[in-house]
Amino acid sequence: MITMLRRPLFWLILLLAAVFAWLPLRGNNVALREDLILVAVAIVLTSNLNLMIGYTGYVNFGHIVFYGLGGYVGLYLATVRGWPLIPAALTAGVAVSLLALLFGLGILRLRGAYFALATIGVLVAVQAFVANFEPWGRSTGMYVAFESYAPMGGPRHALWTTYFLVIAVMALSLLLSLGIKASKFGLGLFAIREDEDAAIVLGVNATVYKAIIYSVSAFLPAVAGALMFFKNGMIDPSIAFEYMLSLEGIVMLMLGGSGTVAGAALGAGLYERLRSYLLTSPRLSDFHLVIAGGLLLLVIRLAPGGLIGWLYRLVPRSREVVE
Amino acid sequence: MTDILEVRAVSKRFGGLQAVGDVSFSLHEGEILGLIGPNGAGKTTLFNLVNGVYKADSGTISFAGGDITGRPPNEVVRLGLARTHQIVRPLQGMSVLENVIVGACFGRENQSMHNARATALEVLERVGLTKRAQTPARTLTLAGKKRLEVARALAARPKLLLLDEVLAGLNPTEIVQMIDLVRAIRDSGVSVFMIEHVMQAIMNLSDRIVVLNLGHKIAEAPPSEVVKNTDVVEAYLGFPDIVDKLRGLQ
Amino acid sequence: MSGILASMIDGLLIGSVYGLAAMGLSLIWGVMDVINLTHGSMIALGMFGMYLLFSAIAVNAYALLIPIIAGGFVLGIVVYWLAVNWVVDRSQLMSLLSTFAVNMMVIGIGTAIWSTSPYNVNFSLPGITVGEYTFTGNHIAAAISAVLIALLLELFLYRTRAGKAIRAVSDNREAAELMGISSTRVLMVAFAIGIALAASSGALVSTLFPFTILSGAGYQLKSFVVTVLAGLGKPLGALAAGVLLGLLEGAVSPFIAVSWIPLIEFGLFVIVLIFFPRGIFGRASA
Repeated sequence: MITMLRRPLFWLILLLAAVFAWLPLRGNNVALREDLILVAVAIVLTSNLNLMIGYTGYVNFGHIVFYGLGGYVGLYLATVRGWPLIPAALTAGVAVSLLALLFGLGILRLRGAYFALATIGVLVAVQAFVANFEPWGRSTGMYVAFESYAPMGGPRHALWTTYFLVIAVMALSLLLSLGIKASKFGLGLFAIREDEDAAIVLGVNATVYKAIIYSVSAFLPAVAGALMFFKNGMIDPSIAFEYMLSLEGIVMLMLGGSGTVAGAALGAGLYERLRSYLLTSPRLSDFHLVIAGGLLLLVIRLAPGGLIGWLYRLVPRSREVVE
Repeated sequence: MTDILEVRAVSKRFGGLQAVGDVSFSLHEGEILGLIGPNGAGKTTLFNLVNGVYKADSGTISFAGGDITGRPPNEVVRLGLARTHQIVRPLQGMSVLENVIVGACFGRENQSMHNARATALEVLERVGLTKRAQTPARTLTLAGKKRLEVARALAARPKLLLLDEVLAGLNPTEIVQMIDLVRAIRDSGVSVFMIEHVMQAIMNLSDRIVVLNLGHKIAEAPPSEVVKNTDVVEAYLGFPDIVDKLRGLQ
Repeated sequence: MSGILASMIDGLLIGSVYGLAAMGLSLIWGVMDVINLTHGSMIALGMFGMYLLFSAIAVNAYALLIPIIAGGFVLGIVVYWLAVNWVVDRSQLMSLLSTFAVNMMVIGIGTAIWSTSPYNVNFSLPGITVGEYTFTGNHIAAAISAVLIALLLELFLYRTRAGKAIRAVSDNREAAELMGISSTRVLMVAFAIGIALAASSGALVSTLFPFTILSGAGYQLKSFVVTVLAGLGKPLGALAAGVLLGLLEGAVSPFIAVSWIPLIEFGLFVIVLIFFPRGIFGRASA
């Protein structure tokens, strides 16, 4: 734990969070805040996805399911049950992690590509279930009544509060990635990624490790989902479980540098900007998916280590600082 | 003399093929037990049964007094039984040092990262890979990779080490170095069970030898007796160069 | 005849199209151990290919299968050089991501051109009536086409030199190369055939149901289920498993809302993978 403080990236992460917190405060810049929150969420999703893909070598195509499900649980607890936001969000995180553990025990027996395909199944299954689940509004979803924002000082205050909470989740996600990378548990994951059978022969309990990391990778995205959907005021099956966001998470990760902490943040940040630009540009918005796909193909063919991998080759010493 | 490994009536069938049939033998603590047999005799399968990669259809395996039949490989190594592979499996993307640290972290002593690093450096010194500690495992030569396999297994602080054709593919100089290493390992208190085809080496190194043919044990005796055993020579009769070597060793 | 039986027979007919689609996936998977995530988008392109050709040339839609197969083959070659050639010996992760990236691009282009509105191929053959049930002519024609194509594939693989080369490479690439077979060319051809099969199955589907650029995904899922049911390597096995799946759907659909069917198929997929890694008829999947 203490060794974490010696790693430069630890401080850079805290700095990043501080910058995110401070920038929109200057001049009460609400537009900037809304932009930055999207970047923060992208970083949360990508860095947790990194735990599965980059660290363990298991591709999760349905990653967004944790975010959406967290959104549902959180919004339900906060609005229908009247819970305060933070307990609701944390409970959403725990609930979704436990569910992930359950699913994981089933699908993690599958290797490589089969696992990847099964994660799509999990996404489809959860979406279908939620779309038919009466207490959660079935395909109409749920709305947050204005009164729910009252305990937080009204909607305007609530927007700021959730912003800071999301920044905190972002920082926690990055710190979690860093902490795991430096730990023995992380080493075991990397061994699994390199050669699962060899890792088992070396003593790594792959079954347990995979289940743990799958579950862990669900927690913070679920919390973020709870916060975001509460802030946005509504949730329904189509916006909660956007398959596209799962796919983009993969593009962001590969772009930045799969397996590195900084890569997840960098890829998410850059791609999120690109995406916003594309979606608002009248001519290019249709090509958003094409560009994402093309980018992914380019990255994996030319620079499979992503931008950070490319940095490592240019400046070998950067490996120690930018991990 | 205690037996560190006891294999009793172990069998394994794959579809129509009886890969290992009713094999029993013991490995005495502190000895080097060789395992030979023509190709397809079931040697690697036997290793896989001992270290838990395969589950035996019948029979029992006990290690250091405890029953390990059917236990998965990651548990077996925790008990002190480590193993190398015939086709080396380095963790390619990681450095040589990191590879060995994995062995130390998840081996018998379940070490912390800090201690594992010290163990790893010490083991690398023993196998002669210190200079390569920071290089990626995939850049090693075959001989280097073989030594890495052994280092990784040693880092787990095993009581028994299973070596699967650790000499295959090495040139004469490298073979001599590896033989010395195996002896040093045994002298440090680790029992060794090794599969080998390099007859000269295994006859010299082993205290006793188990011979398998078509999944069955056909001999279990010191090398001097094994070379005279007609069943053994017959099993190898399809391989004239080995028969010559065996005869040459009589 | 009872409603369920009629439904099952219909399912059997449609199932042969599932089988055809799965053959494309299974061939590529079996020959080069690549899981082709462009499969769904290629099926969708087959659907639109049929739509475009039929709009341009108003002949029997089923005759248009021939140019579609040819076009699919060419498309397959393009995709092979774009995204597959370089991943053939790399990790499965890379082949997944590579084909997946191409899939995204194709869906993106398709959405830009055709949006997500439903399209239709307005061609109908007269049906066959048995008692109070009529079996749609198109369903019957599609089934016959699927079986014909499957038989052609089987003939190709077992009776021609090229086909034998493909099977050789699929069994043992190194040995095949030692025999003088250019494995790159063989892999390319096998991949292109796989895509052609996918496209042709899409073309057939377009004559059965309305479709959008996103419809391929559902058939991709069915292809995966069929492929793992059948195991890899035997095209006729995939056809049989496809028919079986169609039969199952036919038996179940009178009772369950359509939206649950993909879910059930996924469940089946996962269960088969966990408990029958060798498939029910074929050889071990990867």
